[in-house]
Amino acid sequence: MQLALFWIFAVLTLAFALGVVFLRSPVSSAMSLVMSFIGLAALFVTLDAFFIGIIQVLVYAGAVMVLFLFIIMLLDIRHDERRPVKLAAWAGGGIVVGGFLAALTQVLVSQPALNQTKPDLVQPAVNDVAEVGFALFRNFNLPFQVIGVLLLVATIGVVVLSRKELK
Amino acid sequence: MNTLTVPWIILFTPLAAAAVILFVGRFSKPLSAGLAIGSAGLGCILSWWLFAQPDPGAAPPWYWMDFGDLLQVPIGLTVDHLSKVMLVVVTTIATIVFTYSVGYMKTEEGYWRYFAGLSLFLFSMLGIVLADNFLMMFIFWELVGLSSYILIGHYFKKDSAADASKQAFIVNRVGDFGFLLGILFLWAATGTLMFGELVGRVGDFVLNPIYLTVACILIFCGTVGKSAQMPLHVWLPNSMEGPTPVSSLLHAATMVAAGVYMLARIFPILEAAPHALDVIAWVGGITCFAAALMATQQDDIKRILAYSTISQLGYMVMGVASAPTADVPMFHLFTHAFFKCLLFLCAGSVIVGMHHEQNIWKMGALKNKMPFTFLATVAGALALSGCPWITSGYYSKDLIIAWAVVEHPFLGWLSVATAGLTAFYTFRLVFVVFLGKPRDEHAKHAHESPLVMLVPLGLLAIPAIIAGFPFIENIFFHTTEPQHVPHLLHPILYAMFFGGVAGAWLLYRDVAKDPVRIPLFANRLYIDDFYSWIVKNIQGGGAGVLSWADRWVVDLFIVQVPSKLAWACGFVLRFLQIGNIQAYAFFFGAGVVGLLYLLISR
Amino acid sequence: MPTLANYLIVSGLLFSIGMAGVLLRRNILIIFMGLELMLNAANLSLVAFSRFNLGQDGMPGYNAQVFVFFIITVAAAEVAVGLAIIVALYRAKQTTHVEDLDTLKF
Repeated sequence: MQLALFWIFAVLTLAFALGVVFLRSPVSSAMSLVMSFIGLAALFVTLDAFFIGIIQVLVYAGAVMVLFLFIIMLLDIRHDERRPVKLAAWAGGGIVVGGFLAALTQVLVSQPALNQTKPDLVQPAVNDVAEVGFALFRNFNLPFQVIGVLLLVATIGVVVLSRKELK
Repeated sequence: MNTLTVPWIILFTPLAAAAVILFVGRFSKPLSAGLAIGSAGLGCILSWWLFAQPDPGAAPPWYWMDFGDLLQVPIGLTVDHLSKVMLVVVTTIATIVFTYSVGYMKTEEGYWRYFAGLSLFLFSMLGIVLADNFLMMFIFWELVGLSSYILIGHYFKKDSAADASKQAFIVNRVGDFGFLLGILFLWAATGTLMFGELVGRVGDFVLNPIYLTVACILIFCGTVGKSAQMPLHVWLPNSMEGPTPVSSLLHAATMVAAGVYMLARIFPILEAAPHALDVIAWVGGITCFAAALMATQQDDIKRILAYSTISQLGYMVMGVASAPTADVPMFHLFTHAFFKCLLFLCAGSVIVGMHHEQNIWKMGALKNKMPFTFLATVAGALALSGCPWITSGYYSKDLIIAWAVVEHPFLGWLSVATAGLTAFYTFRLVFVVFLGKPRDEHAKHAHESPLVMLVPLGLLAIPAIIAGFPFIENIFFHTTEPQHVPHLLHPILYAMFFGGVAGAWLLYRDVAKDPVRIPLFANRLYIDDFYSWIVKNIQGGGAGVLSWADRWVVDLFIVQVPSKLAWACGFVLRFLQIGNIQAYAFFFGAGVVGLLYLLISR
Repeated sequence: MPTLANYLIVSGLLFSIGMAGVLLRRNILIIFMGLELMLNAANLSLVAFSRFNLGQDGMPGYNAQVFVFFIITVAAAEVAVGLAIIVALYRAKQTTHVEDLDTLKF
């Protein structure tokens, strides 16, 4: 059962990710990305990371992608313009991606420790949110505060960047 | 006031005088002269006082450079018999010459510069005399060369004077190179530079006599340079470009004698290397004879005296090589200092009287116009020629000739012939300048020099005559006659003297121009021309080759190539900045994948 | 039962797809989306490791999940600012084609 669920959601995620890259229209790409994120959130849940899964849906799929769609609509982009494809660019990209995949397979094949199955938890129903909260506010309080400042700075930055030039 | 501090006072007073003159001398002529004469006079009085004291013991040395066991260079003054005598000579003559300079330089430019240079020279010379180790002597040796450079180049606006001062310094440097090598040889073998210790450790070299011989010959190179022996004699005649008192003090009496003094200092070391002594004797003998030949044909009054100095220095050097003690050449150095200085000062007096004309063929009949100078010159000339019994030169020079004839017969008889030549050219000078008829306008209107110049002449004439008499000599030196002198030696020497004077009388009594013309001698055996040829062609050629190498090898391969290479690399790498974001992303990704591979393949 | 290797394969493939998107697409917004995919692939890796490496007390390593939390936050901020830049660029150049943005060269 678990394996089946895993495969369904993994295939979902990967298929829609391919859709992001290969679809023509930007809106289609954005929607595919949303679906990919949802698949990813499901994968998080299968790993007993409930809090992260919910945050993924709320923040990523809910806020970030909505922002993306807003911008696409605002800029009113229809299609990717047809321009002649440069072979050198595709070859370079293909080489880099292929190299990475080769490195990945080599690592996965050579490390037998990676073939362990999911170990059982001590308590089957763990309070995920509380645990994450404990870790966050006890061990990582300072980075947490800094993140807050970061968000403030980002907001200010966005406001500054979006100003229309005063003629 | 004890004997340990007095040498330091003698040494440093002229330096202090030079420093003060350097700063305030240009504002006051009498002040510059007064400071210089004062420092020399103080040194003179203290030297005579020191001479009367018994030798102090060795003072504890003060180490100027202390590198532990490797090298310890002390600064110390040695006051022994040799240095006390030399102190007396140097300071007395310096005081007399300084006083004379006041009159000679009255109308010349650079008055304060001159006295500062003279004081610096006095300091350096006293340093050589009082030094108790080789390194200190070498430092002051170089300082003396520097002072000589400054003083010869006093009229630096004249090209010939500037060239002469450069030549003096450079030729001296050539000799000093050998000198330094010799010092290093001795230090490498014994680990010490102090004269006392070196003399004591001569026995160390018994097993390796060749080493000692080479070291001694190298040290003798210093004398060859400083005392103008052949082949490094070329600078001394040209040094006559300096003012005449400088010529008399430096290049007659004291500085050129420093070479002989140094040999006297290390006399026991030289005695242990008989082959080195042979070399020294030959150099001295050849110099003596060749310089006398050249002197017979010179026309400049100072150059005649310069070649005469070279010849007499050859005598002294031969004396070092032939005599059993250092007192024999030092005795001749002593008398020569007085009479040669006297002759130069007389020449200066004549020059001043002739309004700075120096060619003897423009002079004549000055006997009546400058009587006192004439008498002083005759006294000096008699001393130089070795007039029997009544002059100091006779006693000192004949002693050296006697020893030379006994030890190195060929050179000894060569020096006998030289004695005849000496009398000949000296009296040639006297007769042409003072007798006969005036040959020039200046000669007709010449006048006697002022008193400030004549008194020193008189003061010097006295020791020129009497300093050789045995009762005076024994105050200063302890010399011995050789045992097996050929019986005919002394008669032949008398004949040489009278023959030379007679020859000069016959040829030069009353002539308008030189009847004898030997181009080989007049052109100084073409040695100067030979050196010019070497410098121009060999050194110049070498410089040309190096310049070519610098331009084409160093500049091209070593300078241009890296710079062009860097520029080319920059030019090539510029093309990576193409502005295409995806290209940048590609490079980024490729780099990351590469790093990944590096990490995995470890 | 899915193994750790399975999760890592998914994460790796996701990352490659994202990288391909960055390198091959020429619309700047699509490139940005590829960037987001890469970040999420990293998140998946982290959570997988957090679940599979249990700590002393039998609990998953929640430090990794905190890390994922931070990544999500930073990614959100980054998207906001990046999109603002893209909007400014569009206003200046009237294009979102990445090859038109090439004035920063020698």
